[in-house]
Amino acid sequence: MKNLIQIIVRFHFTILFLIIELVCFILIVNNNNYHKTVFLNSNNALSGGIYNKVNSFTDYVRLTKINDQLSNENTLLHNLLSENYKLTADSFFFYNDSVFKQQFIYRSAKVINNSINKQRNYITLNKGKNQGIKPEMGVVANNSVVGIVKSVSDNYATVLSLLNARLKISAKIKKNNHHGSLYWDGKDYRKARLIEIPSHVDIKIGDTITTSSFSSVFPEGLLIGTADEVLPSSGGNFREIIVLLSNDFNQLSYVDVIGDLLKNERLELEKEVEK
Amino acid sequence: MNFIVKNIIRFIILILLQVTIFNNIQLSGFINPYMYVLFILLLPFETPPWLLLVLSFFMGLSIDIFSNTIGIHASACVFMGFLRPIVLNNISVRDNYESDIEQGLYVYGFSWFFKYALILILAHHSFLFIVEVFSFNNFGDTLIGIILSSIFTLILVITSQFIISKK
Repeated sequence: MKNLIQIIVRFHFTILFLIIELVCFILIVNNNNYHKTVFLNSNNALSGGIYNKVNSFTDYVRLTKINDQLSNENTLLHNLLSENYKLTADSFFFYNDSVFKQQFIYRSAKVINNSINKQRNYITLNKGKNQGIKPEMGVVANNSVVGIVKSVSDNYATVLSLLNARLKISAKIKKNNHHGSLYWDGKDYRKARLIEIPSHVDIKIGDTITTSSFSSVFPEGLLIGTADEVLPSSGGNFREIIVLLSNDFNQLSYVDVIGDLLKNERLELEKEVEK
Repeated sequence: MNFIVKNIIRFIILILLQVTIFNNIQLSGFINPYMYVLFILLLPFETPPWLLLVLSFFMGLSIDIFSNTIGIHASACVFMGFLRPIVLNNISVRDNYESDIEQGLYVYGFSWFFKYALILILAHHSFLFIVEVFSFNNFGDTLIGIILSSIFTLILVITSQFIISKK
């Protein structure tokens, strides 16, 4: 302790200098937009790199499970191959390609950082601008909703997780097409709330909740979860439904990013109406 | 007491000069004189080191407030204040520095003051320009800016000394 004080006294000039410089740089980064961006960007590149390293390890640990999942999926797809189906119909249908226009395109990406324990959770993916990911694209895993891409750098993307109080997505009850909005209340990471459902709507525990066609981010009919609890309406016209999410956000490893090829067309059209 | 008042007045005058006149001089986008460093150059020898740093900080911060660059000038000034005692120790004078006088041009001669001012101004400007650009891309441009602006500032500082000493 005595030595420490001696050192401080002896080098007080240098120490004071370093402290004031630190204060200056905090001021610079906090008050100048340009410096802030430069600082944050380099920070992100660094943390992204570190997350990548950490993730390569955790991925290795998880390999067995993912292999299982993949082989299951493989069998499933094999079963769907056309060779496996015997033609029993008497007539043929000819599909003209101009009838089917591809609207959604899927890109696979790996989750390299994820959290579930905050109020605002974000996911980092290992793909970015260079791999064709753009902000506002939807993210799914196992064909159910994970979140929406928020911002992208050259090789990384951050995703606004469904477990983020700022994200609200349009959802519907599959069996009767009633729409509502779904958000996470920040409590249990396995449960979200579906609100704005009129109180006369028939819903039972176990009913499937999917995305609606109102969203310009997700295709219609993507699984979100199942109704877990229906809260009685407290005098109002609407009631709330607690939705058990079908994804386990704690185990996210590989996700698909959905690009909507016709999105611009739709948004432009909708904008014109608002004019 | 006299020299405290004198320094306070110099502080204010230099800020006003810098903000109203020198900040508006931008020759060919590169040359931008920062005359206000004269305040740090002319502080008395026996200023305690910690006070030197604090004064430099506030000098820089005042300029920052006027030019909307919070922290940039302050950091460069503090760096300059940090170097000042080191430079003073390393530029030899025949005798030791006498206390109670300021190190103006007329005290230890032109070549001493020139060396002293050149080193500190160059240090200040380098720090300032690099922090301002905040990256080492296009370092050549930054370097040209540093050198040209340093020369301009140095000319202004020395000219001001001639004007004052003639009085």
